Formats: sequence, C-alpha cells, structure tokens
Amino acid sequence: MATRDSGDQQKVSRTQEEAEVEEAPQASSDLAERKAALDDDIDAILADIDDVLETNAEEFVRAFVQKGGE
Amino acid sequence: MGIETEYGVSVPGHPHVNAMLTSSQVVSAYAHAVAQGRQTAMRWDYDEETPLRDARGFDLTRAEADPSMLTDDDLGLANLILTNGARLYVDHAHPEYSSPEVTNPWDGMLWDKAGERVMARAAESVPHLPGGREVRLYKNNTDNKGASYGTHENYLMQRSTPFAAIVRHLTPFFVTRQVITGAGRVGIGQDGRGSGFQISQRADYFEVEVGLETTLKRPIINTRDEPHADPDKYRRLHVIVGDANLSELSTYLKLGTTSLVLAMIEDGFLDLDLTLTHPVREMHDVSHDWSLGHELTTVSGRTLTAVQLQIELCEQARKYVEDRYGVDVDSQTADVLDRWETVLDRLLADPMSLSGELDWVTKLSVLQGYRDRDGTDWDDPRLALVDLQYADVEPTRGIAQRLQARGRLTRLTTEEQVAHAVSSPPEDTRAYFRGECVRRYGAEIAAASWDSVIFDIPGRDALQRVPTMEPLRGTRAHVGELLASSPNAADLLAALGA
Repeated sequence: MATRDSGDQQKVSRTQEEAEVEEAPQASSDLAERKAALDDDIDAILADIDDVLETNAEEFVRAFVQKGGE
Repeated sequence: MGIETEYGVSVPGHPHVNAMLTSSQVVSAYAHAVAQGRQTAMRWDYDEETPLRDARGFDLTRAEADPSMLTDDDLGLANLILTNGARLYVDHAHPEYSSPEVTNPWDGMLWDKAGERVMARAAESVPHLPGGREVRLYKNNTDNKGASYGTHENYLMQRSTPFAAIVRHLTPFFVTRQVITGAGRVGIGQDGRGSGFQISQRADYFEVEVGLETTLKRPIINTRDEPHADPDKYRRLHVIVGDANLSELSTYLKLGTTSLVLAMIEDGFLDLDLTLTHPVREMHDVSHDWSLGHELTTVSGRTLTAVQLQIELCEQARKYVEDRYGVDVDSQTADVLDRWETVLDRLLADPMSLSGELDWVTKLSVLQGYRDRDGTDWDDPRLALVDLQYADVEPTRGIAQRLQARGRLTRLTTEEQVAHAVSSPPEDTRAYFRGECVRRYGAEIAAASWDSVIFDIPGRDALQRVPTMEPLRGTRAHVGELLASSPNAADLLAALGA
C-alpha cells in the first residue's frame, strides 16, 4: 500500500515536475535572456562611456577647481 | 519664469588659468561664432534711472571690435544679449546663460536646453580666438572641493502674496523636491571628501532657512527681490536650491511643480502644514539617502519620507486644479500633474525604475554599473569623473548626451525645436521684443536689460530708451506687426512715438 501510495505520489509529483520542467526552462530562459540583455546593455553603455572618458581620471578630477559663483 | 545657469569652466592641462578671463573668452567666442557681421557686443543696462547720456561709450560695433574689445564693459567682462532674448555673460568666474522670460514650464525647459547648445557652440569656438585654448564647460553645480555655483529659477509673483506664506509652504517643498530634480553627485559634504553618492549637487551647500545671500550661508528661501518689472505689482521669487539638470523631464517638472505650488500659495489654497522641524538638516539627509527611506519630522509631530511629502503636495495640487479649473484645465498643467503623480508613484515603488528619466537615478545606475563591473568603491576617481563628465556640454564627451543619443535618457523636445530656441525668442513675453530688436536692429542697440532696450540712432544726440517693465507686453501679438513694418530702429521709435 505504502509503496503503491508512494508510487502514486511519486507519479503525481513526477507529473507535476514534468509540467514544471516543461515550463520552467522557458520562463527561466526568458528571464535569463532579459537579464543578459540588460547586462549587455549596461556593458555596452559603459564601453561607450569608456571610449570618451577623459584620460587620467585622478588628475583630471583634481584639476577641476572652480571659484564659487552666484 | 526663467532659469539662469552658471556653467563650470576649465581649461584641461591649465588648472590655474584665470577663470574670469576664460569665461569672458567663452562669451566672446560665441559672439564671433554667431555674429556674422552684426553687432553683438552691447552694454547691459544696469540702471533704468541713469540718464541716457551716461549709457554712452559702450556702443561697440562688431566691425570695430576685436576679440579683446568685445570683453569690454563696465566690469571688464563680456556681456551679450542674444536673438532668443537670453543674456549670455560672465557672472563671477563662470559663463552664465540667463534664459529669456517664458510663460510656462515647457518653454522654460526648451530655452534652458537651448542654453546648453549655446554653451557648446561657445566652447567649440574659443580655440579659434587669438590665444584661445581648448575649454570644457559643464552644466553642473560643484567642483567637489568646496565651491558651488548656481542654477537659479525665477518666478514672477504677485506682490500682494505674504512672504511668510511663501516661506512656510515652499520650504518643505524645496527640501523634498530634489527626489525629482536632483542631478546626482559623487561625494558627501561641501568639499566632497565624504565617500558615497547623493541625490543633489546643491543640497550640502545650504546652511540657513531664509536669507539674502547666495554665495555664503546659502538660504533655502532666498529673499533677493529685484522684480525687473513694476515693483508695486510684482515680486521676483529667486529660487537658488535647484540643481542644473540635463534631464528634460527633471527641468520640466522642476518648473511645473514649483509653479503649481506657487499658484496654490498665491491663491491661499494650501492649509496643509508640513513645516519641518529642521529643514536645513533634512535637506542634507534627504539628499544623502538615495534609497529614499529617510523620514522627515514636521513641527506637528508627523514623520514622512520626501516622496510621501511630495505626494501630499501633489494631491493638494490635483484638488486645487480641479477646484479652480475643472475640465477647463489647460493641457500642460494637466500634463505636469499627471507626470508628477506618476513619477512619485514610481519613486515610491522602485526608485531605480526612473533610470533613463531623472538625472540622479540615471547617473546612479551608470555609476553602479561601473562599480559592479570593475568592483570599485565610491572613492574611485573614475566615478568622480563620470559625475563631472555627465554634464559636459560637448555632445560626444557629455555622458548625458551620449545616453540621450542611445535612447537611454528621455528627450521631451526635438533637436529642431531646440535649434529654433537657440536663435528665436519665446513669442508670448517681452523677450520677443528684446530678441527681435537684437536680431533686426542689433547695430543700433547700445544697451539692453530685462526691462529696457536702448537704441543709439545714427544722427541722434541722445540714446533712446524703450522701457519694457511689463513682462507680458512686447509679445509677438503686441509688436510683431510693428517690428515687421519698421525696416530700421528709427522707424520703430517713430512708430512707438519716441
């Protein structure tokens, strides 16, 4: 009985698992794709900024000294 | 209304160059770049009471002036009135663009953006001047070493509104509006030595609640009151708490929401008491907590976050507009209300969702990108450089502009509209008369100011002063035909009965 029950349960849970397994890769790959796209996007943005950032950040920032205004 | 912005200025490789001289070169360079033979150097008319004769001696014409002469005026610094009605000049040690007077937030945003293009053109032109070097201009508010320079909004108000009511209701609004209008800053404290990111460029430079100063002991509410208009009718509210924004949405909402709150104050509509216990400290605390979780305390004993306080004011504004205008509300007021409400809801739900729309969130997400990718902390000088270069007016270097070009920072205007605003004045204020006079009769103008245009007509002994004391006169509807039918300034003055 127990075995059969257990078998039934296993069967049920396997069915659920199968159902989940069928959907899960789809959902997670969507999510992964979106995350990858966002990462690619921010990576592309940063690479784009890298190309134009003033050279020698430390010196450039230190040399930017203003007088007060207003 | 209008916005005046002092731009940060530097000459790469020459940190000790004279900032006033460089600023003056920036202004002169713009004159050369756009002049094309017309007079562009004219004196600012500082004193409407000064006899006209005294205004003589500054009537340089483009033909006579060499670049160094173009910098001559009574302070030895360059000063221009542009065909769009704006003033481009040197204020202290910064080039400043004071936008023409406009009647609404959308136009304010447009002519403010035009100022960025004017500065970009000026910076590009400086190396062409004799002795001119490469110049960087930044639309920001601090050097992160203790110096701050301003982005001031000006609002025309009825003189009859009690100043106490302005202070009472505007202070909590100003302390909290930075969640929308902040430009973002790397560095904490006036000298920027504290490590971290904060929402506002300006917040740390405010030290008192109310006062006349703008350069030290800066007050949240500034009491400078030169209306540049009939002083019996008007007050000019000079707002100095604002950051210089690159995001058009930030500028639009800055002008739009402030206008709505001022309208409620003028109308005596606000009875909500949000007076804060420690407004100056709260202003710093709100700026320093970019999670937006900081709770402010009111004198009445309430605690609420900056976003919650803004939501309460926004709800009041919604009620006010419904009560006063109902279905007849103009589309721009409705648009400002809708956007204000939506932005606050989203700030409440997830501040980072405003990346690509508000300056501080956009800047923060780029900085976080660097931190994630390179594993750096907030002390990394490259993050300070990103903060600075976000505001570079040059389109290939300026990070905000690069993001806009990639569609990662929202535009509300088109570049065609901005280009038009660079050369043309708003049509519904006195800026129209000023800008059109400069465009049509530039060689015959000796001086001008917000409230006057002074002509120097060949063959006439005295200068002829045309006062423009009423901000809503001198519009296209009012003087468009008159200008069109006056081929020269003498004809115009004859038609005006001068």
